[in-house]
Amino acid sequence: MDTAVSYAAGILIILGMILFLLGAIGILRFPDFFTRMHAAGKCDTLGALLVVTGIALYNGFALGSLKIIFIAVFIFLTSPTATHSIARAAMKNKLPVWTRDKKR
Amino acid sequence: MDHLGDLSMIDFFIWTSMAILFLVLLCMYRVFRGPGAINRIVAINVVGTKTIAVILFIGLIFEKIDFFTDIALVYALINFIGVLAFSKYFEKRGVV
Repeated sequence: MDTAVSYAAGILIILGMILFLLGAIGILRFPDFFTRMHAAGKCDTLGALLVVTGIALYNGFALGSLKIIFIAVFIFLTSPTATHSIARAAMKNKLPVWTRDKKR
Repeated sequence: MDHLGDLSMIDFFIWTSMAILFLVLLCMYRVFRGPGAINRIVAINVVGTKTIAVILFIGLIFEKIDFFTDIALVYALINFIGVLAFSKYFEKRGVV
C-alpha cells in the first residue's frame, strides 16, 4: 500500500519535472516575448500543480497535506493571473510580434 | 522509509531538487540576457514557481514539512504580488 502511494507520487513528480523542462526549453529557445510567455505560463502552472500534488500524496492523510493542496489551488489561480497581467502590459505597449517571414 | 525501486525516497527528492536547480540555471540565462525588462520578469516568475517546489522538497528531506509548507505559501503570495506590481508598473510606464 505504502509502496503504491510512493510510486504514484513519484510518477506525478516526474511528470511535473518533464513539464518544467519543457517550459525551461521554451523560455530559452522561442523567438519573441509572447511565445516565451506561452511556454512559461502553461508549462509552469501544470508542472507546479503536478509536483505539489505528488508531494501532498506522499505526505499522506494529515492536516499538512491540506495546506499543500491549498498551495496547489493557489498556484492554479494566481499563475495564469500573473501571466495575463504581464501579457496585457506588453500588449498595451505594442511589443513587436514575431511573424513567419521575420528572422529572429 | 519508503522506497522507489532501488532508490530511497529521500534520495529521489534530493535528485529531483538538483534537477530543478539545473532548470533554474537554464532560466537564469533569460534573466541575464533577455532583451528588455519584461522578458526578465517572465523568467523570474518561472524561477519563483520552481522555488516553491524546491522549498517543499527541502521540507520532505528534513522531515519538517509543516514548517516549510507555511514558508512555501508565503513565497507563493510574495511571488504573485511582486509580478503583479511589476506588470502594473510597466503597463503605466511603457515596456523598456
